[in-house]
Amino acid sequence: MSDVNYADITKNGLWKNNPALVQLLGLCPLLAVSGSVVNALGLGLATILVLVGSNIAVSMIRNAVTDAIRLPAFVMIIASFTTCTELLMKAFTYELYQILGIFIALIVTNCAILGRADAFASKNKILPSAIDGLMMGVGFALVLLAVGAVREALGSGTLFANMHLLLGEMGKGMTITLIDDYSGFLVAILPPGAFLVTGFLIALKNVIDQYREEKAKANAQPVEKVSRRVRTTGTIQ
Amino acid sequence: MALIKQSSPHTRGQTDTTKIMQTVILATIPGILTLTYFFGIGTFINLILASAFCLIIEASVLKVRRRPVGFFLKDYSALVTAVLLGVALPPYCPWWIIFIGSLFAIGIAKQLYGGLGYNPFNPAMVGYVVLLISFPVEMTRWPAPTSILTDSQSLPGLTDALSLVFGFASPVLLDGYTGATPLDAFKQNTGLMADNLYASQAIFREAHFAGAGWEWVNVAFLLGGLFLLYRKVFTWHAPIAMLASLGFCALIFYDGGSNTSGASPLLHWFSGATMLGAFFIITDPVSSAVSNKGRLIYGGCIGIIIYVIRQWGNYPDAVAFAVLLMNFAAPFIDYYTLPRTYGHTQSRRATDKIDTSQRR
Repeated sequence: MSDVNYADITKNGLWKNNPALVQLLGLCPLLAVSGSVVNALGLGLATILVLVGSNIAVSMIRNAVTDAIRLPAFVMIIASFTTCTELLMKAFTYELYQILGIFIALIVTNCAILGRADAFASKNKILPSAIDGLMMGVGFALVLLAVGAVREALGSGTLFANMHLLLGEMGKGMTITLIDDYSGFLVAILPPGAFLVTGFLIALKNVIDQYREEKAKANAQPVEKVSRRVRTTGTIQ
Repeated sequence: MALIKQSSPHTRGQTDTTKIMQTVILATIPGILTLTYFFGIGTFINLILASAFCLIIEASVLKVRRRPVGFFLKDYSALVTAVLLGVALPPYCPWWIIFIGSLFAIGIAKQLYGGLGYNPFNPAMVGYVVLLISFPVEMTRWPAPTSILTDSQSLPGLTDALSLVFGFASPVLLDGYTGATPLDAFKQNTGLMADNLYASQAIFREAHFAGAGWEWVNVAFLLGGLFLLYRKVFTWHAPIAMLASLGFCALIFYDGGSNTSGASPLLHWFSGATMLGAFFIITDPVSSAVSNKGRLIYGGCIGIIIYVIRQWGNYPDAVAFAVLLMNFAAPFIDYYTLPRTYGHTQSRRATDKIDTSQRR
C-alpha cells in the first residue's frame, strides 16, 4: 500500500474508528482505571507508548513472520513493550504505578493493541504504522481522559487531583475543586459509573455523527425534481 | 392500527394499565398513612417531590424520544414508581436525593431501556439502590418512630421538615430524632442475648411483635397487598413464595435468642421493606418472571437473597438488592418454566428446537 493517507489515519484513530467508542476494544482498562483524571492520563500514556512501539516493531517484521505464527509473535512484541512501560513507570512514577497496579501489565491483553497490530501494522510500512498507533492511542487516551474527568467530577467533586503522581512538583497545584464540601456521588466512582459514563459518551458520539450526517445530506443535494404522481393524501415534496 | 372494524358488541376487559396502576397507588394508602403516623410529615414531602420529579423527567424524556407525552403520562406508571421511591426513601432526606433517585429510576432504568414494558429492572429499586450505594449517610438517616421518642423529642413540624428537605437547616437537627431501624439494631448487636437486646433497645421494648412502628407499617402494606390480591392485580405466587422462603430461612437460623441467633421470622417479616417488597415491588409485571411456576421460583429466590444479605451482608435491609439480582435472572427463569400450551400434553422445553414443519 503506497497511497497511505495520513489524514484518514488520524481521523480514523481519533473519531471515526475510535478504539474505545466505536470498536469498543480495551474496555477493561477503560472501565477499571478511569476513576480520576490522573489514573486515566497515566494509563492513556502507557497505552500510547505500547501501541506506537508495537506497531512499529510489528511493521518491521511484517515480511519475516508467516501468517501461521503471527499472533504469538505480535503478543511477544506487545508484552515486551508493556514490560518496558511497566519498568519505566516503576522508575519514574512509582506511586501511580502502585495505584494502576495490575492494569499496566494488562495492557498486553488490550485488544485494541493486538487489533491494530494485526489489522494495520502487519500490512503497512513503518511510518504509517507508527502514525496509526499514535492516533489510535491518542483516541483511546482521550476517551479515557473524558471518562476519568466526568467520573472524578461527579464522584469526588474535583478535577486533576493528585496530578503530582504523574507530573511531579508541577502537578501539585493543579487540583481544581469544583464543589466545596462535596459528599461525593459514589456511584460515579464505583464500577457502574464507568459503564454509565462510557455509555453516555458513545451515545453522544452517535448523536453528533447523526447530526453531521443529516446536515451533510441536507447541504449536499438540492431537492431533485420528482415526477408528479397521482396522490390523494399528503403533499408532494 | 389496521384492525378491522367489527360491528358486534364486544366485551372490553375491565383492566388496562391505567386502572391497574391506579389500584396499586390506592393500595399504598394505608402504608403511607401509617408511615406518616410514625415518622411525621416527611413521607408526604417525599411523595410529593418524587411524584413531581418523576412526572417531569418522564415527560421530558418522552419528548426527547418523540413519543406521545400525554398518552404515557396518563398510564400512571411513572406515578407508581414515584410512590414506591417516595415510601422507600427516608423521610426528611434532602430534595436532591429524591431528584437523583427519580432521574435514575425514570430516566435511566425505565426510559433508556425503552419505556414502560421494556425495563428489565424495577425502576424504583434502581433509583433506590443508586442512592443507597452513593449516599450512605443520607440514606440511612431514618427518624425513630414517634412511639419510642422521649418526652423531650418530637418529630419535626412542617416548617422544620421543609427546611430540612431544602437544606436550610443542618441535618444535625435530625440527629435528635433518628435511630436505628429494627433490622439495623439487631445487626449491630454483637454480644447481647436477644432478650437483653430487646430490653435495652426502645425500638424492641415498645414493640408488640417485631419492631416499634415498623411492624404496623408492614401490616399496613400487607393489607394493601391483600387488597391488590383480592382485586386480582397479581397472583399470589411471588409474594407468598418470597415470604415463605424468608420465613423458612429465618426459622432455620433462629435459635431462640442467643447472641449469635438470627432475627426471628416475625422480625424479618414485619421489619424493613419486607411487605412493601413482597406485594408492591416483586409483583411488578414487567421485571418479574411471567409464569406462575416462574414466579414461585422468582419470589422464593428473592426471599433467600434478602435473608442472606440481611444476616451476613453489609446492609441491614436487602429487598432492593435482592429484587434487582432476581430481575437479572427473570428472563432465565422464564426460559426454563414455559407453561404448557393448550392442546399439548407437555410443556415445551425452552432448549427444544422448534420444528416448524411438524405443526400439529
